[in-house]
Amino acid sequence: MNNSPYFLKPASVQSVMLRVLLALLPGIAVYVWFFGAAVLVQIALASVTALLAEAAMLKLRGKPVMMFLGDGSALVTAWLIALTFPPIAPWWLTVVGVLSAIVVAKHLYGGLGQNPFNPAMVAFALMIVAYPSLMSQWPAVGFTDFLPQWHAIFGPRQLDAITMATPLDALRTALHTADARATVAGVLGSQATFGNIGGKGWEWVAAGYFIGGIYLLQQRIITWHMPAAFLATLLVVSSGFALFDPTRFVGPSFHLFTGGAMLGAFFIVTDPVSGCTTPRGKLIFAAGIALLTWIIRTFGAYPDGIAFAVLLMNIAAPLIDMNTQPPVFGHKRKGDGRP
Amino acid sequence: MFDALFVMALGAIVLGAALGYAAVRFRVEGDPLVEKIDAILPQTQCGQCGFPGCKPYAQAVAKGEAEINQCPPGGEEGIHKLADLLGREFKPLSAEHGIEKPKAVALIDEQTCIGCTLCIQACPVDAIVGAAKQMHTVIAGQCTGCELCLPPCPVNCISMEPIPESVENWKWKYPVIKLVAAQEVAR
Amino acid sequence: MSALRQLFRFNGGVKPAYHKEASTTLPIAVAPAPTRLVIPLHQSIGGPPRPLVTTGDRVLKGQRIGGADGNVSSAVHASTSGTVLGVEMRLMPHTSGLSALCVVIEPDGRDEWMERQPFDFHAATPTATRDYLRDAGVVGLGGAVFPSHLKLNAGKQGKLDTLVLNGAECEPFITCDDALMRERADALLKGAAIMRDMLAATRVLVGIEDNKPEAIAAMEAAAARTGDDSIQVVAVPTRYPAGGAKQLIRVLTGIEVPHGERSTDHGVQCFNVGTAHAIYEAIALGQPLISRIITVAGNVGQARNYEVLFGTSMRDLIAPCAPLPDTDRIIMGGPMMGFLMPGDDVPVVKATNCVLVGSRALFPPPPPEMPCIRCGECAKACPADLQPFEMYWFSRARMFGKAQEYHLFDCIECGCCAYVCPSRIPLVDYYRFAKSEIWAREVDKEAADQARERYEFRLLREEREKQEKAAKLAAKTAAGREKAAAALAEAEKPARTPEEEAKHALIAAALERAKAQKAQVQPENTGDLSPEQQAEIAAIEARRAEIREQAKPHLRQDD
Repeated sequence: MNNSPYFLKPASVQSVMLRVLLALLPGIAVYVWFFGAAVLVQIALASVTALLAEAAMLKLRGKPVMMFLGDGSALVTAWLIALTFPPIAPWWLTVVGVLSAIVVAKHLYGGLGQNPFNPAMVAFALMIVAYPSLMSQWPAVGFTDFLPQWHAIFGPRQLDAITMATPLDALRTALHTADARATVAGVLGSQATFGNIGGKGWEWVAAGYFIGGIYLLQQRIITWHMPAAFLATLLVVSSGFALFDPTRFVGPSFHLFTGGAMLGAFFIVTDPVSGCTTPRGKLIFAAGIALLTWIIRTFGAYPDGIAFAVLLMNIAAPLIDMNTQPPVFGHKRKGDGRP
Repeated sequence: MFDALFVMALGAIVLGAALGYAAVRFRVEGDPLVEKIDAILPQTQCGQCGFPGCKPYAQAVAKGEAEINQCPPGGEEGIHKLADLLGREFKPLSAEHGIEKPKAVALIDEQTCIGCTLCIQACPVDAIVGAAKQMHTVIAGQCTGCELCLPPCPVNCISMEPIPESVENWKWKYPVIKLVAAQEVAR
Repeated sequence: MSALRQLFRFNGGVKPAYHKEASTTLPIAVAPAPTRLVIPLHQSIGGPPRPLVTTGDRVLKGQRIGGADGNVSSAVHASTSGTVLGVEMRLMPHTSGLSALCVVIEPDGRDEWMERQPFDFHAATPTATRDYLRDAGVVGLGGAVFPSHLKLNAGKQGKLDTLVLNGAECEPFITCDDALMRERADALLKGAAIMRDMLAATRVLVGIEDNKPEAIAAMEAAAARTGDDSIQVVAVPTRYPAGGAKQLIRVLTGIEVPHGERSTDHGVQCFNVGTAHAIYEAIALGQPLISRIITVAGNVGQARNYEVLFGTSMRDLIAPCAPLPDTDRIIMGGPMMGFLMPGDDVPVVKATNCVLVGSRALFPPPPPEMPCIRCGECAKACPADLQPFEMYWFSRARMFGKAQEYHLFDCIECGCCAYVCPSRIPLVDYYRFAKSEIWAREVDKEAADQARERYEFRLLREEREKQEKAAKLAAKTAAGREKAAAALAEAEKPARTPEEEAKHALIAAALERAKAQKAQVQPENTGDLSPEQQAEIAAIEARRAEIREQAKPHLRQDD
């Protein structure tokens, strides 16, 4: 017979994970609208791979398969991988990415709750280092024809007609070329990739993720600390540099509404297992990711820096937690007895 | 070439001086390792380790003259702690030094005791009171359960009574996760 | 007297279903007279009281049967008149299922009080009043059973700012304080006034959760009747665990009393409303604490509050409430912090505020435990501002030092963390485990330190004696010097010299003599004794017998 408390709130890991998946739906819908049904193919592919890998690993580790398979954590990882990988990535790239996340980043570290690194970001980082070109080919906005995308995923690949660099990639390439006269304004005005706020289409996908993020906040699955710190830091840093030299540094709206910024702010940075847990720690952790993201985006060799930024801050998370322990009841500083 | 040698030599001198100063300035009185080992030992003073007390055993362990697995009252947990402290490999309790027993205290059968004082002399922690030709008794709270009073007693009136579990000393058990049972319930 | 006052809030807390209505529909009833009382001697924090009665004694209602052992202890009394059937080991209302020393009384049905006299605490010194309350067995009735006389001490400043009366009663199902405040508000406030005078407190704040409007109204009316505007009734927001002493003090005064510090040093002291009533009965009526109000609720046909004599079996208590057939457990306390009883044949004690009848349907077994995903829900719910998942992590790994670094002992075991945990981890079980392990280690460590000290002193003494002996010999004669050397060598020689052999022979002879003597005469030092001495010896013998009883391996626990 168990001991008190005998009352438990009806909450479960499964319901948390399912609501995270639900929160991803608006963003996915917009993503599909602009970039085609290939997104859905990738999600399905990643989900099946993740569930199979999870089941195999649980079996190998002698854990009750059905109980843990039902927790939905593998699905969340799979969806995040599918949403961060290019929708027209070849099928094996997604499969290998998911396997590296589930098998290496999750189960080899001890499974659910034990992984020091965000599994989806491990997959992204590994794949972009191993296959930089495949990880940079995005379908052009509006080219939503399913058949060429299907061929891109399952072969034979004929990509020229349908691919386009992501806005971050395009801007970085343009600014880093030998042409010394290239300015941010010039680049943004010259290419079809860029929309009014961020990348064309991308800004709406970001808005979809934002709505999902608000839902997560409302459901109290995440706290405001991480998204707020992440977005605010990105805003402040990019604004500061854009004011300092608007020809070389792109402004905050572009940073916030392109790439994985919104997805990252609400769904990736907020991974509880590998991140910080104290309120102040969460602020520092998310701000650190934002800063590193901006640095990698601006000066680095890869188009988007969120994955590397997250992994770097994952390493620092325990240290940050240790040094940001909130004061315990009664042990607060003097004069801190007010409500 | 000479520059490099010079720099290295200078570095060596500076660091050596710093280390030498630190050794003098921050010298620790006594032998901290012996103290640390002694703090882990249960202070039963039973001599089962082959040394005349816990402190001598601690000194021998510190010098590397004794193994860490010679203390039966300390048990497996004590060996683990010593292994952690000294960075040595864990070893199971050496059988020749005894076996781990539940903690017990000596009890003198006061009807049989003849007042010979031999047990009083044997007790390493002065936990037995009495006088010649008067009945003796054990102060249970001070008794370490070393059993050293058993052999000298000429009338075998001392027995070891295990300390029973009571409401006061009962401990909450480690929560056991009954996965199988729980799954059955879930179904 | 309810003033609009600024309230403060504590972090965390949860809002479980309260289930309080069922037991408040009927007034307090007197529980049916029990056929047998099993009164445990140790019912409070502190040393176990000494039994003052033996088998066959006739006791009166309110007669002391267990005397406080030192000042940190509290007396125990016969709950009704009758005959002592024995002082023996009986199953305790404790999760361990272990037994402890109890006085078993067969009531004679006459319920005959001993002589009762009010205690004039105005005339007595504070120490005398505290001693009186200790001997009246008054302890905290909120569940912690800390001896009240120890808390009725104004602390360093000699006066207090606020006396807090805890009527929050935040645990689901429990309504005993609610019922008490509704029906006995006047007596309760008289007790509060006594406590206020003893503590020299400026004001009395009665904190009641706002889901008890009837109790608040009754208390406000009673406070108005006293005409004493230092007593104020305050409705506090309903949120578990608002009834935790530290949490209520925080809500009412804004003061946070850290773990390990006395609240009196922060100018505030907190008592349960039931304790105030018990103090009134002890001081004004001269009645020791022999009964309390207990809620019987849960899986029963009719939940209700009863005035119950201590020592009544829980089985007898719940019988009139018609427990439902699927009942599978008895819990002492509420569903959040209560303790599982080893059976229903355990006595009601001073700590019993509720006898919660449970079933699988009412309290379903928790779903399987999942790994912690560090979601932080527990930290958000923790009213002590702890990081429960970190404490869990280290308790689980048996890294007790680290668990303590995360303030394990600030945990009040309220169960909020386990209540909200999406991974259904029995977090509190891990904390209870870690705490009791740490306590056991501290006891061991203390014993080891003491043993080390005594051992070292013994070595020192032996050395000194050896030298003294040598010096004595040396002083005797010039030739003695050689002797001294010999004596030194002698002292260092191992045992079993011919001399020792002789000693052993002597011992054998002595043993023979003793055997022969034992048959006919008493030991010589107990020859001609005064009656007082003999009585003393008899008492010692009795105590010895009792100790032997306790020391017996717990073979008897299942009787």
